[in-house]
Parts: sequence; C-alpha cells; structure tokens
Amino acid sequence: MDLGQLLPIIVGAMFVSNFVLMKFLGLCPFVGVSKDSDSALGMGMAVIFVMTMASLVTWFVYMYVLVPLEITYLRTIAFILVIATLVQFVEMVIEKSSPALHRSLGIYLPLITTNCAVLGVAVVNVNDFMVTDLPRAQSFIFTVVHGFAAGLGFTLALVLMAAIRERLDLVDVPETMRGIPITFIVAGCMAIAFAGFAGLKIG
Amino acid sequence: MKAMGELVKGIYRENPVFRLALGLCPALAVSTSVQNGLGMGAAATFVLLGSNIVISLLRKVIPAKVRIPCFIVVIASFVTIVELVMGAYLPELSKSLGIFIPLIVVNCIILGRAEAFASKHGLGVSILDGIGMGIGFTFALVLIGALREVLGDGKLFGYMVFGPRFQPMLLMILAPGAFITMGLLMGFFNVLDGKLKRKAEAAKKADGGGR
Repeated sequence: MDLGQLLPIIVGAMFVSNFVLMKFLGLCPFVGVSKDSDSALGMGMAVIFVMTMASLVTWFVYMYVLVPLEITYLRTIAFILVIATLVQFVEMVIEKSSPALHRSLGIYLPLITTNCAVLGVAVVNVNDFMVTDLPRAQSFIFTVVHGFAAGLGFTLALVLMAAIRERLDLVDVPETMRGIPITFIVAGCMAIAFAGFAGLKIG
Repeated sequence: MKAMGELVKGIYRENPVFRLALGLCPALAVSTSVQNGLGMGAAATFVLLGSNIVISLLRKVIPAKVRIPCFIVVIASFVTIVELVMGAYLPELSKSLGIFIPLIVVNCIILGRAEAFASKHGLGVSILDGIGMGIGFTFALVLIGALREVLGDGKLFGYMVFGPRFQPMLLMILAPGAFITMGLLMGFFNVLDGKLKRKAEAAKKADGGGR
C-alpha cells in the first residue's frame, strides 16, 4: 500500500462526494448551527473528532465482534449504541475542558448522536472498505482516514455556510424566504459549485 | 375529535419536514423520484408506528435517565426489521434507497416523536400520532419527489408526462436541485401559512365587529 491511495479517499470525501452537499448527510446541524462562524467551527471540530473515533471504534466492533459471531445484520444497532456512548464521552470532555464552547453548542452536542453523518460514515465504511477483500491493515487505515476526511468535509461546508449566513443577515430577504428557506437556496448554490468537483480524477 | 386532530396535525400544521424542519436528510436524498419517496415514506412510517407503540407501552418501565438509549435500541430494532424485509422482498428499492435505510435510526422525526409524544401519552393516541406523522413525512417526500422527477426526468411514476421533445432539467435530479426545491417549497408553505393566518384574523375581526 502506498500513500497515494489515500489521496483519492481524502479528496473524494471532502469535495467530490461531500457529506453535506452531495450525500445529504448531517443536514440538521448544517441548518441549525450555521448561524455564526464560531459555533460552526466548534461544532465542526466536535464532528471531526466524533467521526474519526466512530470510524475507528466501529471498525473494531465490526471486524472483531460482528464478523466472528456472524451477526453482521445487527450492525445498525451495534453502531448506533457505540456512537451514542462516544458522543456522551465527548460531551463530558468538552463540558470539563471548555465551558464556553459547551454553552454555545448547547443542545447540538447530544444531537451529534442523531447526526446522520456519523452513523452514515460508519455504514459507508462497511460498504466500501470492510466487506471487500482488502488486507486488514489497509482496510483499517482507509476507514480511519475516510472518517477524518468526511468530518473535514462536513466542517468545510458548515463553516462556509456560516460565513455566508452572517452576510445574509445584512441583506433584505423577502419575508417568506427568511431563515431556513433561503439557507436551502444558498446550499443549492453551494452544491452546484461542489458539483464542479465531480469530474476530478486523482490517482 | 381530539383523536382526529392527533392524526391530521402531522399532515399540514405540524408537517415534520416543511414546518418542523426534521428528517431533512432522507427527505432530500431519496426524493429523486415518486417511487423512492413512497418507499422511504412507507419504511419510515412503519418504524415510527412500531416505535411509538412499544415506547408508549414501556413508558412507565423505562427510567428517565437512560430513556434516550432505550428509545434508540427500540428504533434500531424496527429499522433492522425493515432493512432485512426490504432486502429480501424489494431488492431494487432497497438498492436505490441504499444507506438511507439504516439511517432511519437517526431520523430526528422518529426519536423526536418518541421523546415528545409517545413517552408521555397512551397507546391509542400514540398510534394515531405515529400514523399521522408518517403520512406527513410521506406526503413531503412524494411532493418533492414528484417535482424533481417531473422537471428533472420528464416522468411521473416512471411514465413520460411530456412529449419526446421535452428537455429535462438535469439539475433537479442532482444534489443541488434537491436543496433548491426544498427551499422554494418551504417558502411556499410560509406564504400559505401567512395567507391562512390573515384569513383567520380577518374572520375574527368581522365576527367581533358584528356583535
């Protein structure tokens, strides 16, 4: 395995099939926490951390618990429990280490549990890197890198959106479109821009 | 009358997608055609109904502190049922919905109803609430799916609706089209809501003036 194989995975997860704008995963926090850049960045960091950890932990759960016991059909239940526990842990760490961040993220931290991007990355990992006959070490590295890159892609979309929405506050938007509707139109325009990455070929 | 209200509220007044902005991910991702929308709606309705029934029955047993993990396990079990049944009997639909079937677990509508409704109400109303919210979700998916399929593919339920010279708007089938359709529909519902409110106020005023 050479490092060149990782680049397509990273670029793919960040741009070509960006989790938010191309795969529609994690839209709730994308709409909910994108009102200002600071909390967007905080949320993004939390998601990067949780997604990487979730990829790592679910790989072990899948390879060493579900596959040997032949209960891979229970992966949805197993994964969501692992992720819920992990999120609880992250919340406790942030609460202790940075109360200000914890206050500004408010109810959205527990909501990472129901952030479909986190469970989504685990399911995509299984389909792409675990059920194939990749060597174990390679499958592990691909899984973790993909989780991290997907988190980066989510953060990128979230921070860009927050920056746009901060400017949008100064604009005279028609009353019926204010708030969530105009956010979706903007997201559509961003998705058009990201669709431009679709022809990108690396490696 | 009250029971009817629980059933109907999910369709327009508290429509999960357009009014409450919940369950957005599947609403946008699988709404490329009416058929996908219906399949996803049916799957989510089944899970919603099942989880509402079980959680409403167990609401006095589940300790308040660990209620969220309990809810998630119940929901995940129903989702696994849907996943296996759909994979066995509707392999094509299962393929086109892809990872969004396991992701019904994290659909905020289902956890939201479990937390806000089923864990506080009896069995009967919880069933009605589940069905109503399920229909509202399905309605939203079918509406978005129909708009995107007609404009982006020139088809409805897989049948051509325009003549052969129709140039499909490819954008509508792709990801950006989903966002734009959603934004415009939400705006439309805001206009509708404003109109209805004004009408209600005017009626109230006229009523008051008459007395």
